[in-house]
Amino acid sequence: MSKRTVELELATPGVDARGQPLRVPLGVAEPDLAAEHMLINIGPQHPATHGVLRLVVELDGETVVRVIPHLGYLHSGFEKLGEYRHYNQIIPLTDRTDYLSPMANNVGFALAAEKLMGIAITPRCTVLRVIACEMSRIISHMVWLGTTSIDLGAFTPFLWAFQERERIYNLQEMWTGARLTTSVTRVGGMMADVPDGFVEGLRHFTRTFPKTLSEIDRVLTRNAVWVGRTQGVGVLTAAEATNHSLSGPMLRASGVAYDVRKDKPYLDYETYDFDVVVGEHGDVYDRYLVRLEECSQSNRILQQALVRLPDGPVNVADPRVILPPKSRAMNDMEAMIYHFKQVMEGVKAPVGEAYVGIENPKGELGNYLVSDGTAKPVRWRIRPPSFINLSALSRMAEGHLLSDLIAINASVDIVMGEVDR
Amino acid sequence: MNPSVDALRAAFGGGGGTAIGRALESCGDTIVYVGREALLDVMAWLRDTPGQTYDYLVDVTAVEYRDRERPLEVVYGLRSLARRADLRVKVELDPQGDLTVDSVVPLWRGADWLEREAFDMFGITFRGHPDLRRILMWETYAEGYPLRKDFPLRGRFSRAEQVRQALAAHPEAHYSLEELSIADAYSELPGDMKERLRRGERGALPDSE
Repeated sequence: MSKRTVELELATPGVDARGQPLRVPLGVAEPDLAAEHMLINIGPQHPATHGVLRLVVELDGETVVRVIPHLGYLHSGFEKLGEYRHYNQIIPLTDRTDYLSPMANNVGFALAAEKLMGIAITPRCTVLRVIACEMSRIISHMVWLGTTSIDLGAFTPFLWAFQERERIYNLQEMWTGARLTTSVTRVGGMMADVPDGFVEGLRHFTRTFPKTLSEIDRVLTRNAVWVGRTQGVGVLTAAEATNHSLSGPMLRASGVAYDVRKDKPYLDYETYDFDVVVGEHGDVYDRYLVRLEECSQSNRILQQALVRLPDGPVNVADPRVILPPKSRAMNDMEAMIYHFKQVMEGVKAPVGEAYVGIENPKGELGNYLVSDGTAKPVRWRIRPPSFINLSALSRMAEGHLLSDLIAINASVDIVMGEVDR
Repeated sequence: MNPSVDALRAAFGGGGGTAIGRALESCGDTIVYVGREALLDVMAWLRDTPGQTYDYLVDVTAVEYRDRERPLEVVYGLRSLARRADLRVKVELDPQGDLTVDSVVPLWRGADWLEREAFDMFGITFRGHPDLRRILMWETYAEGYPLRKDFPLRGRFSRAEQVRQALAAHPEAHYSLEELSIADAYSELPGDMKERLRRGERGALPDSE
């Protein structure tokens, strides 16, 4: 009888029935572990799973034979909640899906609702939304870079990345009053125009941010440990990545040059000068390179957006969708009626359905809205990029070592708020 | 209107069949309705025919309308990466009847989790799916299918009942039977756990209505 069997029988490890420490008689052989597969459970409360992801892993020695992910620990039923809310009331829910890039989620939902209602937004709003999207991309990639480097044993880039993220968060706070739950868009416009000092602050950021990027590049890209832990790990070919419906940096690292900003342009992205970053090998290292370079490209877009930011109104001049100013609502009968109808009844959308995909930091974020003519959608579907990217995890990790599983899982860049919704 | 619709009618419309139903446009997106029996053939044709090459599956989801008379729709978003073209394919099912369609996992691996989510949230059975289990809700969840219109926003069970079930769950309920059977893990389980498993006390699995 092995020690392990005894312990299991007594249910208290290391103690016999009388409470005395257990002494294993010498000469009893331990079970031959080499012949057995091991079942281990990682998560849901484990820092390397980036949230409440739970992986049940079958191991042969240290080699991963099978990975069975378990999701749903953060399931909040956002899609169901959306069916009971007006369109503008859904926007706070979108903050909480991919909470590392809340502003981009707000923009994605607002674009879908505007497509459904046939609203054309103002030029200033278009540029402000581009700024919101690209700021989100930078902070999301910075979190990814920091946490992944920590997973693989590099602590310094984490601090640098989070410092940069902090600067963007300060700008977000300046604009929206919130650091995380921004709710920056409204159907037909924005919650607010940018405040004084924002443009200067963002311009200062775009000037100084490339220095941090080059420092991260210098410390990681040719680092022997980093290269050894990431190159050739978790490889997906272009055909596999397409077949698994991957999107964003995961797809582009495998060599598929698909970027929603270029191929299905929204917010006039086709008029900005930026490159689609494409990898070659589809391994963890290429995903790192793609995300790092995307930060520089986002910085370029931000600089161009700041130059072209036009004056003018932020909201469309349609009293049926945009609340009138408080002073008019209190003093003007017509404005008060519109105010009342919007607050009590909500903005009605025509019968129909609309899908808008935007290039979120994690991949293609789709918002699919179906309306039956009332002020609340019949169905609000989020196409969650990191949920679909994560579904390829088993395929990528099988055959690798357990320590590589951590690197591969990190390279997917998941946010459990969005995976579980 | 997307030219793929006419190509589909030319390829499948012969013989007065019901493979390709009506097609319409909403907010600039083309939607084409496909008969349930023909789904897999139509999808394979759309993926493999030169000139169509819808090689990328954007999304699989379902829509149930507030109007009880309207059928429940399974929605597939297809995209051709090379041609930058989108097509939305829908299959109509009777929400009171048999909610079964063929799985498209043999064509696109990306449909795996998306179909599991549609099964989890709407109770649609995807015939031929390799591993059709609940994905967001736990495996022994017994309240039904959350995104159906007859499912109340707060759930079917009271909060007290939900807490009681959560506290009464045995540790082995957190592993699927498949996981427990991996290698020799089962034989190393304590006796009382084995006994509960033998009696089938993991908790009630939801019956597939």
